Parts: sequence; C-alpha cells; structure tokens
Amino acid sequence: MSATTNRDLPGIYHKAGSLRAERRWALWSAYASLSVAALIFLAPPFYMLITSLKTSGEIANMSGNPWIVREPTLENYWAILENPLFLKFFVNSAIVTACVVALTMVISVLAAFALARMRFWGSQVLATGVFLTYLVPDTLLFIPLYQIVGGLGLLNSVWGLILVYPTLTVPFCTWIMIGYFASIPKELDEAALIDGATWPQMLIKIFIPVALPGIIAATIFAFTVSWAAFVYPTAFVTTPDQMPLTIGVVSQLVRADTFAWGQIMAGALMAALPPVIIYAFLMDYYIAGLTAGATKG
Amino acid sequence: MAQVSLRKIVKAYEGGVQAVKGIDLEIADHEFVVLVGPSGCGKSTTLRMIAGLEEITSGDIAIGGTVVNDIPPRDRDIAMVFQNYALYPHMSVYDNMAFGLMLRKFPKAEIDRRVKEAARILDITPLLDRKPKALSGGQRQRVAMGRAIVRDPKVFLFDEPLSNLDAKLRVQMRTEIKKVHQTVNTTTVYVTHDQVEAMTLADRVVVMNHGIIEQVGPPQELYHNPATKFVAGFIGSPSMNFIPAKLEQASGALRLQLPHDIVLDVPASRTARYQPHVGKNVLFGIRPEHLTDDKPTDKNNTVPLTLKPEVIEPMGMETLVHFKLDGTEVSARLDPATPASVGAPLSLIAHMDQMHLIDPTSDKVL
Repeated sequence: MSATTNRDLPGIYHKAGSLRAERRWALWSAYASLSVAALIFLAPPFYMLITSLKTSGEIANMSGNPWIVREPTLENYWAILENPLFLKFFVNSAIVTACVVALTMVISVLAAFALARMRFWGSQVLATGVFLTYLVPDTLLFIPLYQIVGGLGLLNSVWGLILVYPTLTVPFCTWIMIGYFASIPKELDEAALIDGATWPQMLIKIFIPVALPGIIAATIFAFTVSWAAFVYPTAFVTTPDQMPLTIGVVSQLVRADTFAWGQIMAGALMAALPPVIIYAFLMDYYIAGLTAGATKG
Repeated sequence: MAQVSLRKIVKAYEGGVQAVKGIDLEIADHEFVVLVGPSGCGKSTTLRMIAGLEEITSGDIAIGGTVVNDIPPRDRDIAMVFQNYALYPHMSVYDNMAFGLMLRKFPKAEIDRRVKEAARILDITPLLDRKPKALSGGQRQRVAMGRAIVRDPKVFLFDEPLSNLDAKLRVQMRTEIKKVHQTVNTTTVYVTHDQVEAMTLADRVVVMNHGIIEQVGPPQELYHNPATKFVAGFIGSPSMNFIPAKLEQASGALRLQLPHDIVLDVPASRTARYQPHVGKNVLFGIRPEHLTDDKPTDKNNTVPLTLKPEVIEPMGMETLVHFKLDGTEVSARLDPATPASVGAPLSLIAHMDQMHLIDPTSDKVL
C-alpha cells in the first residue's frame, strides 16, 4: 500500500507521453533548418538555370520578377554547344582532370600505404606534414609556383596545370587514404605477410581492393578539385586554346564589355554537370570513405 | 614438420620495458604446445616472434634446426590463425584458402586439391563460394584454420583463436582443433589465456607470467605438481585455495595450524619433504575439489573440519561453497545432494594427499 502512494508522489508519470512530442519537435526543427540550408545552396544554381533559359532581351529587361522565365528558349545552349572554344575548354578540362586524378591517386595511395603501415623513422611527422601542406591556400601558393612553372617553361599550357594541381589534391587524398588504411585491421597484413606476400603484393591484392570505398572517395575529391580549380588556371594560362572550362567560360564569352549572361550561365551549368553526375552515383562511397577513419579502429 | 627452439629470447620495447625476459623452450616435432598466462605475460609476443611479426631483441629462434631471426615471415614456412580470423574480406572462402598457395606459384590443380581436402577436413565444402561476411564466427574460424592447413607448413601458430567465440562454440571448436591436429599432426604452438583450453589441447603446457616461463609440463603434471604459487593458482578452476598456516612438529608427525584453531595432520608420506620447514609460516594450498563433503567412502589421508558457508553456488553436477577463514576466501566442491545452507556449520574433509605447501616469501611450492 505504501509503495503505491510513493509511486503517486513524484508526479513524473504525467510526463510519460512527451517522448513522442519531443521526437516530433526534433523532426520539425530538422526539416526547418534543412529547408533553409537547401534554399540558400540551391538558389544560385536555380538562378543560373532560369537565366540560361532567357533571351538576352529578357535578361536585360529589369522590370518584372527575375525568377520567372516568360519566353523560355534553348538558344543559349545551342549557341554555346556550337562554339568551338567551349568544346576546346571542355576537352582541356577533361585532359587536365583525368591526368591529375590518375597522378594523385598513384601518389597518395603509395604514400598513404607507406605512412599508415610501414613503420619507419619520422613516418608520424611526415603524415602530419602532409596534412599541414593542405592548409596552405592556393591563393598563396600560386606566387612561388608561378616561378617554378615559368622556370620549367610550362606557363600557358595544360601540362603546367597537370603539374601544379596535385599540390591541391595529393595532401588531402593522402590524408583520406591514411585514415582508410589505418582502419584496416593489422592482422590482415600480418596474415598476408605469413601467406607469403611482399609489400607491393600486399598493397595490390589486399589493401587496394579492401580500401576501394576510400579510394573512390579520394578520386571524387581529386576530380572535383581539379575540375573546379580557378586560381591556378587564372594565373598560369593566358590563351583560350589552353584554358579549362572554369576560366574559359567567364573570360571568353564576354564580347568586349558585353557579358553574354545567358551563354555564360548555360556554359557554367553544363560545366558543373560532370561532378554532379559523379556525386549522384558515388555519394554513398564518398561518405563511407570520408568517415571510415573517424569511426573505426 | 619441424621442431622449434627458443634460446634466451628477449623482447624489449623502447623505454626498456621487457615483454619477454630471456625464455628457453624446446618444442618437439609434431608436438602441441600451449602458451598460457594472464594478459601481458608475454605469450602473444613470444608467438609473434616465432612468426616473425616481432623482431627479437636478443636470443635465437630456430625452426627445423635453422635459425630464423632474420628470415621474414613468408620464408619461415609457418601458418598462423589469428584471434579475429583476419580473413581477406574481398575474397571468397576458396580464394582466402588458396591465396598463400597462389603467391607461392603452386599449380592450379594442386591448389584445388589442397583447398578441397582442407575444406573436407573442416567440413566447410558448401561454403567455398561465400565471402567471409556471409559466415558465422565459427565458420570464419574454420576458414582461418583451412588457410593454415592448405599451406602444409612446418609449424602452426594459433593466437587466441577461440576468444571471439561464444562459450558453446568455443568448446566445439576446441574439439575440432584437437581433431585437426590428430589428423595433420603438424607442430603447433597455441596461445591462450584460458587454462581449460590449455589443459584440454596441449601435449605440454607452458605457463608464462611477467615475461618469464613459470613452468613447462604435461597438463596433469602442472595440475598435480605445480612448481610455483602462480601455476598452482592459475591451473585448475575454480582456482586453488591458499590459506596461511604454520607447520608444526607433533610427536613424530607434522601438522598444520590454520586460523580458527583448525589443525590438519600432514600425511606421513610428506613428512620427509616438509621436515626442513617445521616452525615456518607457509601457505597451505588445496584445490576446491580436494575439500569435499564428509562422506564415509575413501577416508585415506583425509582430515575433517567444519566451516560456515558464506555463499552457495549450485552448478548442477556439483555445488560450490565459499567460506571465509580469517579474511581468506576458501572454496569447496560438494556433491549437489549434500544439504548446505548459508551460516550453518558444514562438515568437510580435506584430502591431504593432494595438499601443497608454498613458501610465502619465494612463492615456490615446497
């Protein structure tokens, strides 16, 4: 009897139904903040899309709501696709990005394997050093790099870009791969060593297949960075035939001081398409790769 | 097939911490040796040095008569089974087992023959196409063993292979490992912290503690004639009781004076052995299974005593009873039919022919 009265006293049971309410609140606030974030991030590309579908006349017309297209047209897209320069930019971007991604992955997988697994004197310091170089912004680096690229006679050439972009991609990719390799149990390489594998065999037959999600994540990162690089090509490339998309679209589609906004927006949207497609397909790998080192061993 | 010799093996880490302090051990061809001890005793380090996964600070390791100190693991002709199985997650069971042979460039037909033979021995033939993540813990452990068997190495090394399995599966796999050893008969070094595993599997057990070998011997010898207090306490479950006592002379015979004025007569067969220690404080060691209920049968060399149980644990096939004797925990093993209740005096007998005396200063068994 006394137990029953005691249970009635604190009155906590009145609150028992609030769990569902709390969950509902959490959901609502999550949706609200996500909507705000989505609005902020999607507004610029949406505005690009709207503008690319307008005629030059409609863009110049300041009356009315700029977020609405009155006479949608694809003429900007046709104009840009028929522009041989745009295709040249696209090819340049593709060549630079393909070479940079390949170069980056070879360097960073080898470096990360050595730093994560082969215990040698100074490997810890070196691993930290690799990451620190990532913290130096390209807006600072391009000044000394200009001297180096100039000295090598590679100014105004896609090959110069292929040489300098890895300064942006290699440190971070190495860091991702160190994290990923570190999450692979040590016993796996020991088993491979005992099974008779040499270090290169261990890398190729065990580490690379097991770390594939991490490698894909690093590849996506390298792709995005080199596809979107702006500072280096601005500094190192001067003639249209060597320009990648990022600077080509904004510098070459300007006639005297007239901005062909519709074409610029159409070009920018098409230029942004490859990374979007890649992200859409490989998003899961990207997230898994980035978080692997953080959550495991 | 080969013998393994460890001579004055030392493993010291940076900062001077010694994990293994100069051990000597000879393992015969075909022998199954178990290294057992608490965590941090150096048993795994020793095994890893045999495998070549840890460098030796000083001393020599020989496999089949060849000193292997500077030979990399792949050239030592050993196979190892790890605690977490260490299966290659991206390969099928078949490829996991075949991997070592493929690296050694065995002909395809020979690889196939060996993998299928090992799969048959381990009863995993239906699993050959599966990936490790589609296997249960016990199946993974079998695959890990299969990977070792196909290599037909000189020595098998097992590093706590059953620790990740649940209790029932552990017992089952223990039998399995013993069966496999009886079939392939390869020299085996097996590391565990579980003394039951050590006792059941080993031809010889090596008890390690703090980086040294406390005692080496067949399981029964370690059980009946432990050399030190550590071995006496480590081997056997529940572990041996150690009760402070004084060894006294009483008209031609010896007797032990225990707390609470309990006096136990030492059997005549031990008189000569213990005579030099008369008058000293000693530890009286007796296993719970030798402290049993007072039944009329087989009363040779037993002495009666009465204690009050503090905790009673019925196990089904036996009942464990725990007492306190002047602050010392004492356990006894009773017939489950014996009526016992907490606090009520209980008559017991001590089988004194199974007693041990330990010098409390040196921890050596007298």
